[in-house]
Amino acid sequence: MSKLDAKIPEGPLAEKWAKYKATQKLVSPNNRKKLDIIVVGTGIAGSPAAASLAEMGYNVKVFCFQDSARRAHSVAAQGGINASRNNKNDGDSVYRLFYDMIKGGDYRAREANVYRAAQVSSNIIDQLTAQGVPFAREYGGTLANRTFGGVQVSRTNYAQGQTGQQVLLGGYSALKRQVSLGKATMFPRQQMLDIVVIDGKARGIITRNLITGEIERHAAHAVVLATGGYGTIYYLSTLAVQSNGSAAMAAFRKGAFFGNPSFIQIHPTCIPVLNEYQSKLTLMSESLRNDGRIWVPKAEGDKRKASEIPDEERDYFLERRYPAFGNLVPRDVASRAAKERCDNGFGVGKTGLAVFLDFRDAVAKQGKKVIKGKYGNLFDMYEKITGEVPYETPMMIYPAGHYTMGGLWVDYNLQTTIPGLFAIGEANFSEHGANRLGASALMQGAGDGYFIAPYTVSNYLADEISNKVPSTDSPEFVEAENEAKAVLDKFLSIKGTQTATSFHKRLGQIMWTHSGMQRNEEGLKKALVEIADLKKEFWSDLIIPGTANEINQELEKASRVADFIDLATLIVNDALNRKESCGAHFREESRTEGGEAMRIDDEYSFVAAWEYQGADKEPKLHKEDLKFENVEVKVRSYK
Amino acid sequence: MKIKLNIWKQENGKTKGKFEKYELDGVDAEMSFLEMLDYLNEKLITEGKEPVAYEHDCHEAICGCCSLYINGHPHGPGKETATCQVHMRSFKDGETITVEPWRAKSFPVLKDLMTDRNAFDKLMSAGGFVSIDAGQAPDANANLVGKIDADKAFDAAACIGCGACVAACKNSSATLFVAAKVSQLALLPQGKIEAKRRALNMVAKMDELGFGSCTNTGACEAECPKGIGIDFIAKLNREYLCASFSEAE
Ligand SMILES: Cc1cc2nc3c(=O)[nH]c(=O)nc-3n(C[C@H](O)[C@H](O)[C@H](O)COP(=O)(O)OP(=O)(O)OC[C@H]3O[C@@H](n4cnc5c(N)ncnc54)[C@H](O)[C@@H]3O)c2cc1C
Ligand code: SF4
Ligand code: FES
Repeated sequence: MSKLDAKIPEGPLAEKWAKYKATQKLVSPNNRKKLDIIVVGTGIAGSPAAASLAEMGYNVKVFCFQDSARRAHSVAAQGGINASRNNKNDGDSVYRLFYDMIKGGDYRAREANVYRAAQVSSNIIDQLTAQGVPFAREYGGTLANRTFGGVQVSRTNYAQGQTGQQVLLGGYSALKRQVSLGKATMFPRQQMLDIVVIDGKARGIITRNLITGEIERHAAHAVVLATGGYGTIYYLSTLAVQSNGSAAMAAFRKGAFFGNPSFIQIHPTCIPVLNEYQSKLTLMSESLRNDGRIWVPKAEGDKRKASEIPDEERDYFLERRYPAFGNLVPRDVASRAAKERCDNGFGVGKTGLAVFLDFRDAVAKQGKKVIKGKYGNLFDMYEKITGEVPYETPMMIYPAGHYTMGGLWVDYNLQTTIPGLFAIGEANFSEHGANRLGASALMQGAGDGYFIAPYTVSNYLADEISNKVPSTDSPEFVEAENEAKAVLDKFLSIKGTQTATSFHKRLGQIMWTHSGMQRNEEGLKKALVEIADLKKEFWSDLIIPGTANEINQELEKASRVADFIDLATLIVNDALNRKESCGAHFREESRTEGGEAMRIDDEYSFVAAWEYQGADKEPKLHKEDLKFENVEVKVRSYK
Repeated sequence: MKIKLNIWKQENGKTKGKFEKYELDGVDAEMSFLEMLDYLNEKLITEGKEPVAYEHDCHEAICGCCSLYINGHPHGPGKETATCQVHMRSFKDGETITVEPWRAKSFPVLKDLMTDRNAFDKLMSAGGFVSIDAGQAPDANANLVGKIDADKAFDAAACIGCGACVAACKNSSATLFVAAKVSQLALLPQGKIEAKRRALNMVAKMDELGFGSCTNTGACEAECPKGIGIDFIAKLNREYLCASFSEAE
């Protein structure tokens, strides 16, 4: 089991997926109704997967912890969704999108998966449009496009600054249709606690009903995890406050390998921390960098108002350092550049931990109306939070934890190392290598859900036709339920003095300091000690009011924080192990003379896949070597 | 700042609830309303008391989880503002703030400030979709959509499904929510084909689920955090009438 086989089909890159589809095993329509599938998660990956599998005729059970599928955090994606449609006649193609993602990911993603993601990208826009997603249009009625960081073509489709909401509602409405047809059944307000593995195959899940507190057992022929990212490990991030890494950790503990856990994207343009009670950081979409210019004063500690600082005293540091891409460099590069300025005393705002994102020139050139049309809702959002008006004063922004490239390791089938357990969307270690380019997460999640998982899950189920769904009374279910209950009872029995949130905040601080935008060996080792101490304290001094048999939001939080603590250790170990810098993973020991990230391809051109070895034991590292046959591996330069 | 809170506490759907009073010192004007509640809850928990249950997730006015009735208004003070966007700077030092859950027959209280809004999901299942399977879609540019229609459809589609419209309405009607979905899809060529069926089914479902009928008070529009306008209700009425006539034929 422990040998890593990515199961990449033979043949030329461009033909692999077509060949896969032409030769995969199928399940006939008659047999599909005998097969049950569990989908956990209803974001831009889970909703389409559940809907599409139900459309094919499988029986699908769908779980999420919110009260409705429509509230999955995909809803908050702002800027857009990529597709290589070459709508602008500007040289885009499947290969170009593939190339941009491989390069953007700093050559740490698997070629075959990335190419396939690019291949299905165009169909996604067709599908979503057909579902009634109101993408932005030109006056002539064709799709409008914008540009995102790290690329030189305009391939991003959008619906104002609410693209995630609109595309998610497309998938959600498809799912609602299947619910009305009786092919999909919704289980909202359920927290998945464990995966049930029988004879080496994923056969079901254990959940907690968040209203009654009851522990439930659900069986199926296959389980698809679409549970999103774990950026909330930093406590403050752009994710929703309930986003978590628990489902992935449950899978990890049951034997699914965890891929590149330390690859976490820090997004450059977020509203900075405003007070110590802050529970969340708000993203200001990358699309703003199309028209906004990023700068700090040239003079250290200059506290004048932005409007009082003349042009020649402003340092447009991205334009200065990266003339070819300017303000549209990829996220990791932009984040580090902002941090560098602030660390050296050039930051602005009360805390000095912010840089300006200025629309003065854009408003002057294009007029307020045009800018409003493009970013109106983002400007309003900014104003509501900070009380300032970005049409008049520049925004202040600072990087924040945002997206996890790491996740459950999957092969070309999107299957984890547990047969029958699939991971899609942000929950898998994905096609983004060490850094994700803007507007490609929705694309990847939707691609997984609409056009890839339906094929690969069918390929798996073809061998399951004669197997009945296991009884939920089988010993594996009973054991998994007992273990889940024991953990909840443990939380309640501690009766200490510190809240789950207070532990989460402290964990976030440790991770942000030592395993955030910049990492080094000393800091990472320190983090391991601090996390271990925090873990001890957590398990001996946690306080939870109430019981397990009712709505208990503190109990929900505690179980998320417990998993975050273990996940933090995994992240730090992975970061320690990878002594090179690549993409978002910046090891201070490995940089060029100009201060840019320096990869060490000879030693680290692999996916790190970690295998669980038992509680508090060091996980075992497996390496999937990455081969680049269709791109030349170069130093990533945006100068 | 120091504030006084008057918060609805209810153990579960079967018990009766009542207002509970709290006093909270050290509130920062820059805190969001939800951060203030977190602050209160952290304090209550460490004092061994029951925290207040309420819903929230994105904190960006887009998921529709947050749903507090603050000082007599769904989502509290401010126009086109969701609960998670309300900041303490909107309140005065020493002010008493009353916080309740949505009150509507179709949204029963689950605990404290949490209600069951599953009825909205049921409404969506009744017709809030276009019947198309994955893989069947034509090219997105095959159906041209004029910018004006696309923008109008977007305005309707911006609804976050929070239920403030129902909570604001004296009849507890879900008409604005249904109107937004029906209008969005009726404005687009890909949604037109099923427009009649959709309008009839969603309206029938609304009655079945116990939502009241619309008497055009406009309270929904005034409280909607996304600025969904009652002109969409006019559009729904047209779609519905037109569908009823052709159905009768
Ligand atoms: C603020 C923001 C803006 C973004 N903007 C863009 C953008 O413009 N373009 C782009 O391409 N990408 C963007 N991204 C990234 C993108 O939105 C996400 O990567 C993507 O939406 C993730 O989708 P998902 O389906 O994998 O997970 P999610 O949408 O996060 O869904 C997770 C689902 O899993 C469920 N779940 C999780 N854990 C459990 C559990 N234990 N039990 C039961 N259910 C569980 C949840 O209920 C939810 O339904 C943005 C991200 C953020 C945070
Ligand atoms: S119409 Fe407005 S108030 Fe009603 S659910 Fe939608 S966003 Fe909320
Ligand atoms: S918390 Fe998501 S809309 Fe308010």
